[in-house]
Amino acid sequence: MSMNTQGRPTGIGTGGSTNASGSALIPDEPLLFEIGDTEHSGVDLPEVEFSNDRLGGFGRQTKLDLAGLTEPEAMRHYVRLSRMNHSIDSGMYPLGSCTMKHNPRLNEKMARLPGFSDIHPLQPVSTVQGALELMNELSYWLMTLTNTAAVALSPKAGAHGELLGMMAIKAAQEARGQSHRRIVLVPESAHGTNPATAAFLGYSVKPVPAKDDGTVDVEAVKAALSPDVAAIMLTNPNTCGLFEPQVIEIAKAIHEAGAFFYCDGANFNAIMGVVRPGDLGIDAMHINLHKTFSTPHGGGGPGAGPVVLSEALAPFAPVPFVRKAENGLELVEHVESQALGRVTAFHGQMGMYVRALTYMLSHGADGLAQAAQDAVLNANYVKARLEHLFSVPFPDYPTMHEALFDDSFLKDTGVTTLDFAKALIDEGFHPMTMYFPLVVHGAMLIEPTESESKQTLDKFCDVMAELAQDAKSGNSARFTAAPMKAPRRRLDETRAARQPILRWERPTELPKAAE
Amino acid sequence: MRYLPHSAHERADMLGVIGAPDIDALFSAVPKAALKNFVLDLPAHSPEFLVEAHMRALAGKNHSAGDGPFFVGAGAYRHHVPATVDHLIQRSEWLTAYTPYQPEISQGTLQMLFEFQTQVAKITGMDVANASLYDGSTGTAEAVLMARRITKKNKIILSGGLHPHYRDVVKAYLKDDSDLVCLSPSPQGQGDILDKIDGDTAAIVIQTPDFYGHLRNMKAAADAAHAQGALLIVVITEVVSLGLLEAPGALGADIVVAEGQSIGNALNFGGPYLGLMATKKEFIRQMPGRLCGETVDADGNRGFVLTLSTREQHIRREKATSNICTNSGLCALAFSIHMSLLGEAGFVRLARLNHANAIKLADALAAIPGVEVLNKTFFNEMTIRVTQPAASVVERLARRGILAGVPASRLLPGDPEVENLIILAATELTTDVDIAALSAALTEELA
Repeated sequence: MSMNTQGRPTGIGTGGSTNASGSALIPDEPLLFEIGDTEHSGVDLPEVEFSNDRLGGFGRQTKLDLAGLTEPEAMRHYVRLSRMNHSIDSGMYPLGSCTMKHNPRLNEKMARLPGFSDIHPLQPVSTVQGALELMNELSYWLMTLTNTAAVALSPKAGAHGELLGMMAIKAAQEARGQSHRRIVLVPESAHGTNPATAAFLGYSVKPVPAKDDGTVDVEAVKAALSPDVAAIMLTNPNTCGLFEPQVIEIAKAIHEAGAFFYCDGANFNAIMGVVRPGDLGIDAMHINLHKTFSTPHGGGGPGAGPVVLSEALAPFAPVPFVRKAENGLELVEHVESQALGRVTAFHGQMGMYVRALTYMLSHGADGLAQAAQDAVLNANYVKARLEHLFSVPFPDYPTMHEALFDDSFLKDTGVTTLDFAKALIDEGFHPMTMYFPLVVHGAMLIEPTESESKQTLDKFCDVMAELAQDAKSGNSARFTAAPMKAPRRRLDETRAARQPILRWERPTELPKAAE
Repeated sequence: MRYLPHSAHERADMLGVIGAPDIDALFSAVPKAALKNFVLDLPAHSPEFLVEAHMRALAGKNHSAGDGPFFVGAGAYRHHVPATVDHLIQRSEWLTAYTPYQPEISQGTLQMLFEFQTQVAKITGMDVANASLYDGSTGTAEAVLMARRITKKNKIILSGGLHPHYRDVVKAYLKDDSDLVCLSPSPQGQGDILDKIDGDTAAIVIQTPDFYGHLRNMKAAADAAHAQGALLIVVITEVVSLGLLEAPGALGADIVVAEGQSIGNALNFGGPYLGLMATKKEFIRQMPGRLCGETVDADGNRGFVLTLSTREQHIRREKATSNICTNSGLCALAFSIHMSLLGEAGFVRLARLNHANAIKLADALAAIPGVEVLNKTFFNEMTIRVTQPAASVVERLARRGILAGVPASRLLPGDPEVENLIILAATELTTDVDIAALSAALTEELA
């Protein structure tokens, strides 16, 4: 056994006795710096005659101290690490607001065609006509599904798209001579990125309270409106899983007040092919391609966040965009107008466009509508199966694609929402989203998505019900000790934040191996 | 519908449990005017083989980099990616995992991010790195905002050698660009950036190798910035250069931003790419994006968690450091695997190979009548002046199957100074045969 700088054991075979699934098949894995060294390499490269006379004296003097692994070592290191992850391919991921659905492998195969993966963003436009056609086709799908006038493909993620959409609104207000509009309305149930985005652009954020039924009140919006309001940022379906029933009236009030309607499109999965946001009066909405159209999350990105825009905002779209020209398609990379300019170096997430379009073509218009309906069906099914045991904060409307419960059923059990979620891990499920949306105390937000079968949902509901009964019967130890069967037990997050260790440091004094 | 598991029978059963007469009843909150009130002009679902045929047809219309001699760079580079990298990132547990919010069952991703942060800190010579940003350009904009938070000053000076697209992204990100000084993108020399620094300056931003391929003096820039209480932000678009060039951290950089695409990630027509950001220890809490930190679990075993999230939007909302909600986790994985395969020995060798091929390219180009190589210094990229408008020359060469580089006018339209300039890159994949083909074709086109 070896010790790291903090004197804690590292390396294989040191898992605690309670670490039941840290079994022989999933050993702990040392850091690559503890396995490799600067001499090892898994890449054969020719030695070259090397001259540094064109480096202007800027050649490296210091050592990198970068560990290398041979190919078999690397293979084993990363395969072993991967086995300490939960993934959608290995089990259900009922994370509310995150839309973890099946990731078809056809999408991956297509994204790796050299005609897509091995083309450069700045090679002559005449040599990438197929790529521009693909961008054009994807744009058409997005505009058609949303009934909007334009789309900006380039944002790299949902939050990036949100930023771009709000930039377009800001530019449009300025072009109208309305730069004094410095307020953005954000309902309390908004995603955290919404107020962050508004503040990022220098707006002051004015919260809009929700009604007791969990939806936004048009009267509250009207009361908050003033000549200083630039826009509202509304999520629909909202983060409580509800479709805003007064959304058309809200849009009308916003427009009459000279403001714009930004819709957070993170939950488009619930309505694609069934409701067109343009029909509701939105001016801008980002679409998380990685959620709605199933490009894999990859442990936290890359995402892609194209933004659809209304007629009023279309002139403010950023570059680049694709346009029909005499000899095929052209890529507009510069404009001399009111547009924003550019929000990322190149054309956005081409690799994600390929995956999203592949997914769209596989489903077709009929399949996308069916997928949205099944997502809603699955969420309502979970709600129906569990509502007698869990508490439903907003029972007035059918839920959309996610079922929201609160933790009042855990009152006086000694079990917290967090404990409850961690107990799910021991049953083989990724926990649901907890403590979000913030408007609900002890929120538990479950999003099954359309790709879960009835059998899986039944298993999940059975487990949830059994856990709820166990918590109520006083067996709190099962929850406070959980997880017992994960590669790690509960981690000390406070310590990580108070004494941040953000990189590996070579131990100053190597301890003698105690073998 | 091969991706949807329910049979009609199961759907009916489920509606029965819910107590809804039909699916539309579940959409009862949707205003009647908006529910299914349209016919979409889109095709119906397709079998896998037809979708594949359609996508292959689109891909087939593109000239891919491997189809012939290729010298295109200017912010994205074609390098060899070992087969192991793509195999590993396609494992389900990497590819289809979510953001590691539940650390007990996300240790694979978290440990990888910790290793990635360490690698990035080492190659840049900085104390700490984050777990990646969208790409180099948005990372540069974030670095500028970060410098303003740290110094509480507003003026930002962008070097003329900064990639013009990066400059444009910074412009778009700044709420108020009245304090933004963009130096003219001159293809010659460093210009007068050091004279522009004053007591109001939050940061200067220099790129090395710069947009034209010249290497820049980071030490001089750092000293000049620090003398006025300003920060030095160093931007690197070709991260392989760090195998051969001195680390920015050793030369006084305060924030280093790089495009990490060159290691482990394909060209992908511009994305997804990988933003690297590294800084000094004292600035950690002003750094945007995710951070992974080491800690222990309830049994005392080493483990990893996302940390310092009090900076982030889901905690601080309108007070958040940025609105960033995701990173480039999978691209960071590809980078980290490739970098660990290279190791110090391989990374240095790769950089030398790139530089050696670039020297061959520069010498071959310099021998062509009508071509002037502008660079005295370079890593793997250089700028040439030709006797005709560059865009037309590049287009003609493309018709001959040679992707010769980027006409500078594509990024700086209307600037007469750059009209005849072509920026070319060589990498380890550039062969002597490629260089000979380019030389012959260019000689003919310029004759």
